Amino acid sequence: MNLSKNLKNTFLILVASLVLNACAVQKKTTGQLQGDVYTGSDTIEYLASGVPDRVFFATNETVLTTASRETLRKQAAWLRKNSKINIVLEGHADERGTREYNLAIGERRANSAKDYLMTYGISSDRISVLSYGKERPVDSGSNPLAWSKNRRSVSVKAN
Amino acid sequence: MILRYLVILLILIPIKAFALIEVDITRGNLSPLPVAVSPLSIDEKSKNSFKEILKKENIGSEISIIVENNLKQSGLFNPLNKDAFLQKPDIANLKPRFEDWNLIKAQALITGKVTFVDEKLRVEFRLWDVLAGKEMMALAFTTVPSNWRRVGHIITDKVYERLTGEDGYFDTRIIYVSEKGPKTNRIKKLAIMDQDGFNNKFLTLGNELVLTPRFSPTNQMVTYLSYFRNLPRVYLLDIETGLQEVVGDFPGMTFAPRFSPDGKKIIMSFAKDGNSDIYTMDLENRIVERITNHPSIDTSPSYSPDGKHITFNSDRSKYQQIYTMDSNGKNVKRISFGNGIYGTPVWSPRGDLIAFTKLHKGKFYIGVMRTDGTGERLLTENFYQEAPSWSPNGRVLIFYRETKTNSKGEGFSAKLWSIDLTGYNERMVETVTDASDPSWSSLLGK
Repeated sequence: MNLSKNLKNTFLILVASLVLNACAVQKKTTGQLQGDVYTGSDTIEYLASGVPDRVFFATNETVLTTASRETLRKQAAWLRKNSKINIVLEGHADERGTREYNLAIGERRANSAKDYLMTYGISSDRISVLSYGKERPVDSGSNPLAWSKNRRSVSVKAN
Repeated sequence: MILRYLVILLILIPIKAFALIEVDITRGNLSPLPVAVSPLSIDEKSKNSFKEILKKENIGSEISIIVENNLKQSGLFNPLNKDAFLQKPDIANLKPRFEDWNLIKAQALITGKVTFVDEKLRVEFRLWDVLAGKEMMALAFTTVPSNWRRVGHIITDKVYERLTGEDGYFDTRIIYVSEKGPKTNRIKKLAIMDQDGFNNKFLTLGNELVLTPRFSPTNQMVTYLSYFRNLPRVYLLDIETGLQEVVGDFPGMTFAPRFSPDGKKIIMSFAKDGNSDIYTMDLENRIVERITNHPSIDTSPSYSPDGKHITFNSDRSKYQQIYTMDSNGKNVKRISFGNGIYGTPVWSPRGDLIAFTKLHKGKFYIGVMRTDGTGERLLTENFYQEAPSWSPNGRVLIFYRETKTNSKGEGFSAKLWSIDLTGYNERMVETVTDASDPSWSSLLGK
């Protein structure tokens, strides 16, 4: 990737984050939810010190939030430093959708994360994607908070 | 399985009487037809032979219980209590005393006889119109004794057909996913059972996640999604031989498989780089065809019974909605326009309706609409339910429901349910374990 393209990407991301931030200000933050995106940390595991393993999504959404981008930038930095490590991005959905559509949306969420890691220089050869749809929730609750924890993409070491 | 050993000889004896009884299945039936199912009569010698082979005290009574249960489950019939029967089974089968059956308010009467002939089970049965005092139907057939449960189902199908004018759906099976374990780590196995829950068999061991099994119209093959080696792919399983093979071995996830109506193709979704499109694979020459090409998620495809059209769901208009197209992917048309999200469209075997799942204001509905999207009718509302599958006659839908867990995340369960197209006769389908993703077979005899 050449420098100008890199710069352009960074610029786009900056603009996108500004727009998202602007939206976020208007969204209500209640407990561990911002809008309906999970902001807590109790389900998170760490790939390395300070490198969270997962990002969360809004209902029916597959776009990355500002917080998700920050997490993924940390993952990218860690992956650059540990060039022998490959990862599987496991995409998940909450239980409030049909099984088959959830498989597709899980795949799309994991790919959102993958695309972002790639813009930060991680080769696609090192990243595989696996969707679980609604099959592997982390929280078995039937409430908005539980669902928000389950709409996620988790980076798992593959080797 | 035992399909190929089945020898059924249907001997139709001409019908002599005009049908006076008729059951209208197009309306919700609030007063089911009172019917007396007399136990099939059996001679001592046959009784003892069957007792030895099948370990059943009286196979004649056992078969009539199957018929009775089937009729009851259909919601259209009310089988009367046997204690009130005045006439003995053998005499009733020869010549019913209609006054006796009339007395207990039976409108239809089923009688019959089982015999053990040349190592086979021979059954004959008759359907009588009690009010008219006439025989409506008489049939006889022969099969291997181990098929005795199917004998009960076939009798029910014939009675149902005679009284409603529609094909039956009792001599059929359900393939489904058996579930166990905590919600966060469910163990799932493919399982198959008779339509009434008997003869349950597990087809996989539970080592890998399996989802969405669907019957081929030819009944011996099933297509499903397996996470074997953590690669979610579409598989084909021969339920007679147990042989499995991957068919959707694409460079990415393949899912949401179904057969074409002629059983020759599998239609499925292929997800790659965050985009799911619909493809078909010809099972004979393995030629793959791309049917949709759109940056949105296109999935849950289902063919019309004539194979000319496909219905599927897509989020190309932002949220999941139902679309139809020609089988070559042309003429894509959105058909769901009501409030909410629509998914899992399945074309009725009769061709005129599409069943679907709808999510609106936090509730899940199973409903039907015409194939142009008009005439939407919601049959049932619940916390979570989805994935309807049609009975082969297009009169009943089977689907699965999941419960809402409590504040501690406990109390999760998944069960199969069925409901008539009329919106009546909603009932839980008993399974040995928790269950989901049911798929109804065609009639086994066809």
